[in-house]
Order: sequence, then C-alpha cells, then structure tokens
Amino acid sequence: MIELWNVSKTYEAGNKALRNINMTVADGEFVFIIGRSGSGKSTLLKMLLKEVEPTSGKIIVNDMNLGKMPRRFIPRYRRKLGMVFQDFRLLKDRNVYENVAFAQRVIGASTRSIKESVPAMLKMVGLSSKYKFFPQQLSGGEQQRVAIARALINKPEILLADEPTGNLDGHNSMEIMKLLEEINKLGTTVIVVTHSQEIVDRMKKRVIMMDRGTIVSDEKKGGYTYEN
Amino acid sequence: MRISTFWYCLKQGVINICRNILFSLASIATVSACIFLFCLFFSIMVNVQYVVKNTESTVGITVFFNEGLDKNKITEIGNEIKQRKEVKEVKFTSAEDAWSEAKKEYFGDMQDLAEGFEEDNPLANSSSYSIFLNDLTQQDELVSWLNGIEGVRKVNYSKTAAEGMNSLNKVIGILSMLIIGILLAVAIFLISNTISVAAAFRKNENQIMKLIGATNYMIRAPFVVEGVIIGLVGASLPLIAIYFLYRSAVGYVVTKFSILSGLFQFLPVDAIFPYMAATAMSLGLGIGFFVSFFTIRKHLKV
Repeated sequence: MIELWNVSKTYEAGNKALRNINMTVADGEFVFIIGRSGSGKSTLLKMLLKEVEPTSGKIIVNDMNLGKMPRRFIPRYRRKLGMVFQDFRLLKDRNVYENVAFAQRVIGASTRSIKESVPAMLKMVGLSSKYKFFPQQLSGGEQQRVAIARALINKPEILLADEPTGNLDGHNSMEIMKLLEEINKLGTTVIVVTHSQEIVDRMKKRVIMMDRGTIVSDEKKGGYTYEN
Repeated sequence: MRISTFWYCLKQGVINICRNILFSLASIATVSACIFLFCLFFSIMVNVQYVVKNTESTVGITVFFNEGLDKNKITEIGNEIKQRKEVKEVKFTSAEDAWSEAKKEYFGDMQDLAEGFEEDNPLANSSSYSIFLNDLTQQDELVSWLNGIEGVRKVNYSKTAAEGMNSLNKVIGILSMLIIGILLAVAIFLISNTISVAAAFRKNENQIMKLIGATNYMIRAPFVVEGVIIGLVGASLPLIAIYFLYRSAVGYVVTKFSILSGLFQFLPVDAIFPYMAATAMSLGLGIGFFVSFFTIRKHLKV
C-alpha cells in the first residue's frame, strides 16, 4: 500500500511542485495519474522512488516510512519497485537478453537464476525470438517491452511508469497498456503517468488528476477530464 | 560476493579501460613512470645503505693512550668502552701486536731489517683500542666522550667517511621523495580524470542501476576495478624493466669498472627484487584503489 500524508515539495528555486498531497493506493491497484506538464506528476513518482525528498509530509510504502529510511536501505527498497520511462533508457551496447539480465546482475543474482528468469520474462512480454537484437534494431513498442521486462525481472511489488507510451503510436501504445494490465492482474500495483486521453478513457481505471501540485480529482473508473 | 558478480565487475572494469583507451594508457604510463623512479631510487638507496653498513664494519675509531699508562687502567677504559650501547665491537691491539703488524706492512719479506729494533719497540706507546659502531651517525658523540677520558692521548676516526655516507643517503632520500611526490600527484590527477571520463560514459547505465536497486558498492565496483587494473599494470611494467636493467647495470659496472668492486659491492638483483616488487605492487594497487574509490564517490551520489 502507498500512502501520502500532507506531502509538499518546493524545489530550491522556489518552485512549488507539490502542495499538501494526500492519497492512498491499495495493493494490486491500477492508477493513472494525469495532468498538465508541471502539475507535479513526475515529482510524485520521483518521491516514490526516493530520488527526491519531500519538503514536508510523510510517504509510507508497504509500511515503510520513506522519510525515516536510512540511505543504506534505499537500494533494497528500490528493488520492490519497477520503473518504466518514456525514453525506454535501454543500454544501446547490449542486446535484449543482456538488457534484461543486467537488472538481475546488478542486484547480485546468480547466473543460474538469470538463465532461468530472463527467457521466461522475455516470453511474457512477447520478445523471445528477438533476444539477440540490439535496441536500435527494435521498434519503439518493442523497446518499451524490453524496458518493462527489465522493470519486472526482479519481481517488484509496484510498477511505476512515467509516460510509457509517450514515444509510441496508437497501436503500440494500446499493446503496452494491455501488457501493463496483464501485469496488474498478476498482483503488481501499477501507477502510470500519462497524457494519453485515448488510453485513460479506454482502460476505465482509477484516475487521479493533478494541477499545479495539487490533486484536483480522484475517480475510481475515471476518464480524461481536462483539455490538453 | 558471488563469483559471477566478481567477474561481472572485472569485465565492466576492463570495458571501461577499453572505452577510454587513451586516457587509460596515459594513466598507466604515469603510474609506470612514478613506480619506475621509485624502483630506481629504491635500488640506489638499498645499495647505498648496504655500502654504509659495510663501511660501518670497516671504518672504526682508534684510541691511543698516554705514555706509560698502566695496563690495568687501559683494561678499565676498555671495559667502559664496551659498555657503551653504540659500540658494536672493541679490539685491543697491544704495542707488540702493533709492531708486528707494522713490520709485516713495511718490511714485508725483509724482516731481518727490523731486527735492530727488536730490543726497543718503536711503537711502545701504541697500544690501542679499535672501536666499531652499530651506527656511524653516533660517531661524534662517542668521540667526544672518548676524548674526555683521562689517560686517552689521541682518538683517530674518519669523519668524512661517516658524514659522506650519511649525507649521500639523505640527499638520495629527499630527491627521490620529491620526484616521486610530483609524479604521484600527476598519476593521481590522471587516474582521477580517467575515472571521471568513464563515469561520464556510463552515466545512463549508472542511473538505471541506481533505480533498479543496485547498491553503491555494485555501481562503484567497475570503476574501482578499472583504477586497480591501471595501478597494477602501471606497477608491473617498470618492475619488469627494472629487473633486467638492474641486472645488466650491475653486470656492466662489475666487468667494466672492476676497480670499483674493491670499494663497493652491489646487492644481487634477487636479494632486492622481492621487497621492491612487493612495495611497488602495493603502491600501484594503493594508488589505483584509493584514487578511483574517492573519485567515483565524488561523481556518484547514489
């Protein structure tokens, strides 16, 4: 469960990114966070990743108070989260298999475990036949699948996706969203930040809308309610 | 640490070196130059110390006594000298021994020429103590003490030999520290630069590692491996060079300048190389490890 209590964030330049945010995301939920650029969506994700500290307020993730978490526990905490980016952030000098295996390698997984779990994960995202391809040989949708596979390989409890379809066409965007929905059905909490009206309207999931650092609406089966 | 993780870090360290091969080579060359000079001065200093030690065992202080001084008094003085902590060895030479030595030295095979002095020893008042020290630097102190003893007529010693050896050792030490210090600073700067460039190359990868949950140690390890490899390779090359160079140089000096062999004796390469290699490798390892560790710590605020 993710809980935010009166969370505010003011950057050094005085820019107020979040103002007194209160929200709760239950285990296994699928949540869209929408809002204009600069509304504080990305800051919220960064706070959940513990990349950015709140100026005030409390964030609790799976009973862990992030504000009181010692620095040495941050890597272990981040292994419970998976992160997907708009620009995929794949390693261009490594093939599909190596990109996914990399996520396991850097947390010290054994070679045996890597050899077992990477092919299974590539099968799940539909890239088994392309495991030797390099990122530049793949379409945008395929690259995002690799990024999702990498985010999921360490079995995170929560998947955070920052504009995962921002660089994809309509068809590929829907394919990625279907994949995220399947992952959610397996029990992973999914939080997606997006600008895509089509996706939000079609998926009928919980929608939290932000504006100027505050939550302006939170609907259980919401739709896209503001003009881009 | 898992073996697979160890190999992963090692592989990434090698990849880092290959990615910035020019920077890496420049760092290796500087570490090599630094350690080459270190080994060179090490060899010189060890040999000078060896010569000093040899000199200490041959250069002594000779104490002569006042005319007609009682034998018991001489023995008493001898006992006092032996009790001094800076004294390694004391040899007594009686007037008879001195005359017998002199005869051998001056008359050689024509000992009969000295028969005329048989009843009247010309060195009757030349009984003496030859004193050998543990450390030549303590010579002045002992000489002034000896001069203060009642019954002592003269104290002979070689001031220049002791001072010369000690100051030569000091000059070589200071000079080598100075040059090694400068080269060390250059090596630290270059390794630090190489690691910074590698960190810039891997910025994206490090960012991903961080978000995936890699520990600081895991993110930094390839850079530390890179630094350690640079340090070790940088230390190995001059060691190989010094090994052969030293052997040839000693061989050359001994054969071409055989007159020197009477004055100096060089240590064989096998006697100094194990110590030199251990020190040089530790130095290379230390420079590589600490410079890369602190540089990457500065660059990666994980």
